[in-house]
Amino acid sequence: MPSYTLTVNGRRQTVDVPEDMPLLWVLRDVLDLKGTKFGCGASFCGACTVHVGNTATRSCITPISKVSQPVTTIEGLSADGNHPLQVAWRDIDVPQCGYCQAGQLMTAAALLKTTPKPTDAQIATAMTGNVCRCGTYTRIREAIHAAADGRKA
Amino acid sequence: MTTMKKRSEMDRRTFLQVTTVAGGGLMIALYTPELLAQRGGGPGNAVLPLASNYITINPDNTFTIVAQNPETGQGIKTALPQLIADELDVDWKQVTIKQADYDATKYISQTEGGSRAIPTHYTRMRQAGAGGRALMIAAAAQQWNVPASELTTGSGMVKHASSNRSATYASLAARAATLTPPAPADLKLKDPKDFKIIGKGLSGVENMAITTGKPIFSIDVALPGMLSAVFEKCPVFNGTAVSANLDEIKKLPGIRHAFIVPAPAPSGRGGAPSGPASGVAIVADRWWQAQNARKSLKVVWDEGPVASQSSAGYAAQAQQLSAAKASQKPAGGPGQGADVGDVDAAFASAAKVVEASYTIPLLSHAPLEPQNSTAHFKDGKLEIWSPSQIPSPAQAGAAAGVQAGDVLMHLVRAGGGFGRRLNSDYDIEVAKIARMVSDERVAAGMPTVPVKLLWTREDDIHHDQYRPGGFHYFKAGIDGAGRMVAFRDYVASTASVIPANEFPRGFVPNFRVSSDAVTPFSVPTGAMRAPSTNGVSFVMQSFIDEVAVAAGKDPLQYRLDLLANPVAGGPAGGGGGFNASRAAGVLAAVREMSNWDKRASLPKGTAQGCAFQFAHSGYVAYVAEVSIGADKKLKINKAWAAVDVGRQIVNPSSATNLVQGGFIEAMSHLMAWEITIEKGRVMQNNFGQYQPARMMQAPPLIEVKFLQTDYEPTGLGEPALPPALPAITNAVYAATGVRIRNLPLAKEGYSWNT
Repeated sequence: MPSYTLTVNGRRQTVDVPEDMPLLWVLRDVLDLKGTKFGCGASFCGACTVHVGNTATRSCITPISKVSQPVTTIEGLSADGNHPLQVAWRDIDVPQCGYCQAGQLMTAAALLKTTPKPTDAQIATAMTGNVCRCGTYTRIREAIHAAADGRKA
Repeated sequence: MTTMKKRSEMDRRTFLQVTTVAGGGLMIALYTPELLAQRGGGPGNAVLPLASNYITINPDNTFTIVAQNPETGQGIKTALPQLIADELDVDWKQVTIKQADYDATKYISQTEGGSRAIPTHYTRMRQAGAGGRALMIAAAAQQWNVPASELTTGSGMVKHASSNRSATYASLAARAATLTPPAPADLKLKDPKDFKIIGKGLSGVENMAITTGKPIFSIDVALPGMLSAVFEKCPVFNGTAVSANLDEIKKLPGIRHAFIVPAPAPSGRGGAPSGPASGVAIVADRWWQAQNARKSLKVVWDEGPVASQSSAGYAAQAQQLSAAKASQKPAGGPGQGADVGDVDAAFASAAKVVEASYTIPLLSHAPLEPQNSTAHFKDGKLEIWSPSQIPSPAQAGAAAGVQAGDVLMHLVRAGGGFGRRLNSDYDIEVAKIARMVSDERVAAGMPTVPVKLLWTREDDIHHDQYRPGGFHYFKAGIDGAGRMVAFRDYVASTASVIPANEFPRGFVPNFRVSSDAVTPFSVPTGAMRAPSTNGVSFVMQSFIDEVAVAAGKDPLQYRLDLLANPVAGGPAGGGGGFNASRAAGVLAAVREMSNWDKRASLPKGTAQGCAFQFAHSGYVAYVAEVSIGADKKLKINKAWAAVDVGRQIVNPSSATNLVQGGFIEAMSHLMAWEITIEKGRVMQNNFGQYQPARMMQAPPLIEVKFLQTDYEPTGLGEPALPPALPAITNAVYAATGVRIRNLPLAKEGYSWNT
C-alpha cells in the first residue's frame, strides 16, 4: 500500500492507504479526526469541508494522492476553539443539529482569509455550497458578519 | 474517572452513592431504587420525577444535570436541564450536562417526536429541580436547627439571613442523602417572574464541542477493535437478496466479514418484522474499504411484486379515482373522513363554486448525518450506541435475538432527526449484523468486536420511510356574500393524510372529506417533521386562499372571518383542542408585524401571502413577501412568523432558530424536493437530485414573534414548518395571478432568483 506524508493541523503524519482513499476518510478513520463530517460523499453538501492550503476543499472527493499542501481541519482552526468565527457561532447560538457546522466554519474561515469584510452577497456566494438541513442560514450570515467586524454578538 | 460505587445504606429508602473522581474528589448522588420500583413509569404517569436521577452535586459545588431525551438538533439537551437548574436554584455556569442512557426504570418518554418533550417534561423537570432544592433546604434546616421557612436559596447555596449563615449544596449533600425526598404536595415551584434560567436564550450546551469538531455524533462513535459495515439492500422495496459473490468480496482489502442477511420472519399476526430488511452486509477494518467493496458486489435479487409500481401509475390511478368517486360520501371509519351538514345541497344552491386539485410528492427526510448505529454483541448481551428519536432496546434486541433486558442502549447525538430517526431501522440492522459478526467470530475462536454500520447518502434516500404524497380534489361553495357554505376534499390516498378534522372543519356548515386508497401502494411511509400538516397545510391553506380570492376578500381577513364564526360539526385540528381565538391571535399578530394592510403599495411583481396552521398544539401564522418575474425566478424578500406555543418559551434563542429553520426547510419542500418511484425503486440518489434550500436563497430576515398566551407551554419542533409553504405560494399567486397547486415548484418551471 502506498505511503503518504501530509501535514494536518501543523503536524506531519504518514499514512499507509490506497491512493484513491478520500482525504475525508483518512482524516476520520486513520488520523481519528472526527470533526470533519460525511454528508453526501459527492461534494453536494460541504459537510466535509477542510482547508488544503488556504482553499476550502471538499475532502470527500479529494483522493489522498492529490493532497500536496498542508491540511487544516476544524480541530486545527484555532488552538483553543476561539477563532473569531467559532466564538461568533457560539455567541449567536448558530447550531441546531450541528452536523454541518464544521464544514460551514471552514468555508467561512476560508472566505474571511480572502475577504475580511464580506458583504451579504459575498457570504451567500461563498457559503451556498454548504447545506444546513436545519436551516440556520440567517444565523450563519449574522455570525460571519460578527466575526468579521470583531464585535461581540 | 474511576467509578467505584459504594452504597452505604442511610435509611430504608435512600442510598448515598459515592463515586471517586480522578484527583480524589467525590461525586455524591442520591440513589433511590426502591422508590423507583414503587413509582412505575410510562408516558402520562403523574408520578414525580426523582431529583436524584437528574442531579449530581459535585464536591466543588458544581452540578451535573442529566439530559434525559435524545438530541437531534431541537435543543432539548439544553432546554430540559434549564428547567431543572432554575428550580434547583443554581447558576447555569455551575452546571455541566450529562446525556442519559436509555433507562425505562428511571425516565419516562425518552423520545423525540411530535413536539412532545416540552409539554411532557415542562413541569416534571421543574419538579426534579424543586425536589433537589427542597432537600437542600431540609438539610440546612436540620443542620442549623431552624425552620425551613426562614431559608432561602441561590447560586447553589442555602442562606439563613437572620443568623447570617450560608452553606453550599455540596456541604449539605451528605446530610440531604439521609432525608426522605419531599412529598409532591410539599414541592413549591417558582413563580415564573423569578425564573433566572428558564426563558433565557442560552447558547446550546454542545456548541463548544460542535464548533471545535469534538466527536459527539453517532457517526463519530469509535471503540477498540471496532469494525465498520455497509449494508446493501434491494433497490426495490421489500426485495430480497438471493445470492451474492461473497467469496470474491471477502478477498478484497480490509474485508473481514461478508454475508447475506435473510429476510426476517414475520413476528406473527401482522406484527413488525423481527429483523432488518434482507440485504448483504460487508464488514471491514475501515468503512471506506467496505464501501469500496460494494463496487465489486454482485447480488442476485428477488425484486418481488413492488417492482411493477411507479409514481406515474399512482397518479393515473388517483386521477381515475377522483373522476369516479370524488363526490361520494366517506365510507366511514374514524379519521378516514367527515361528512357534516349536506354538502351536495349546499353546492347546488351556492352562488359560486370553486374547484381545484392539488398534489404533493413523496419526500425523503434527508437529515445531514446519514443513518448509522454502532453495536457490540457479546456473551448474549447487546450494547448499542443509538441516534434514534425513539430508542428501543426491544427492537434492537429482537434483531440480535435477545430480550430488551439484555440490551444496554446509549443515546448519542444525531445530526438531524426530522422524523427520520423515529424509525430505528439502522439500530435493527446493526444489531443483526453485530450478532452475525460475533457468531462468525466466536465460531472461529476469535474475540467479538463492536460494529459500526454507516449508510451512504444514496442508501439514505433510497431506504427512507417517506413523507406520503397526496392527491387532493377540492370543491368549495360560497354564498352571495362570499361566505364559505360548503367545503369538500377528496383524497386519492397513497398512505396519505386524510384531513378530516382540519380547519376549516367546524367553521363551514357543510364539510366533507372522503378518500379511497390507491392500490397497490408499497412505498414505506412515515412521519416527517410536522406529520400530517407538513403537506396538508399547503393544500388546505392554498385552497382556502383560492376561495377567499373567489369571494373577493382579503385572504387574511377571510380566515379571521371564518374563525370568528364557528358552526357545529367540529372540532377542527385533529383530536380536538383547536382554539379559534389563538389561531386568530397569530393571524392578527402577523398582520401587524408584516404591515399586511399596506401590501397594496408594494411594487409590481412583489407581493405578500399568508397562511396559518394549528399543529402539534402550537399555532403559527406566516406572511411571506416574494418577488417574482415572468421568468418564474422566485425570491423571498422577507418572512414574518407569529407563534403561540403557550406562556413560556424555555429557550428563546433555540426557539427562534427552530422557527427560522422551519421556514427554510419549507423552502426545500417547496422548490425541489420530490421522491419519485419507477419500477418499485426511488429515482433520486443524492442531493444533486434532491436539492435542499441553500444560503443563497435564504431571505435576509425571518422575523419571529412569540405571543406567550396564558396556556401550557407546548413544543416547537413541528409547528413552524407547515404554514410556511402556503404563505409563500399564496404570495406567488398575489404577485402573478398564477396559483401553485402542485409541488415541487421546480417541476413547474420555477427556480430561485439568486
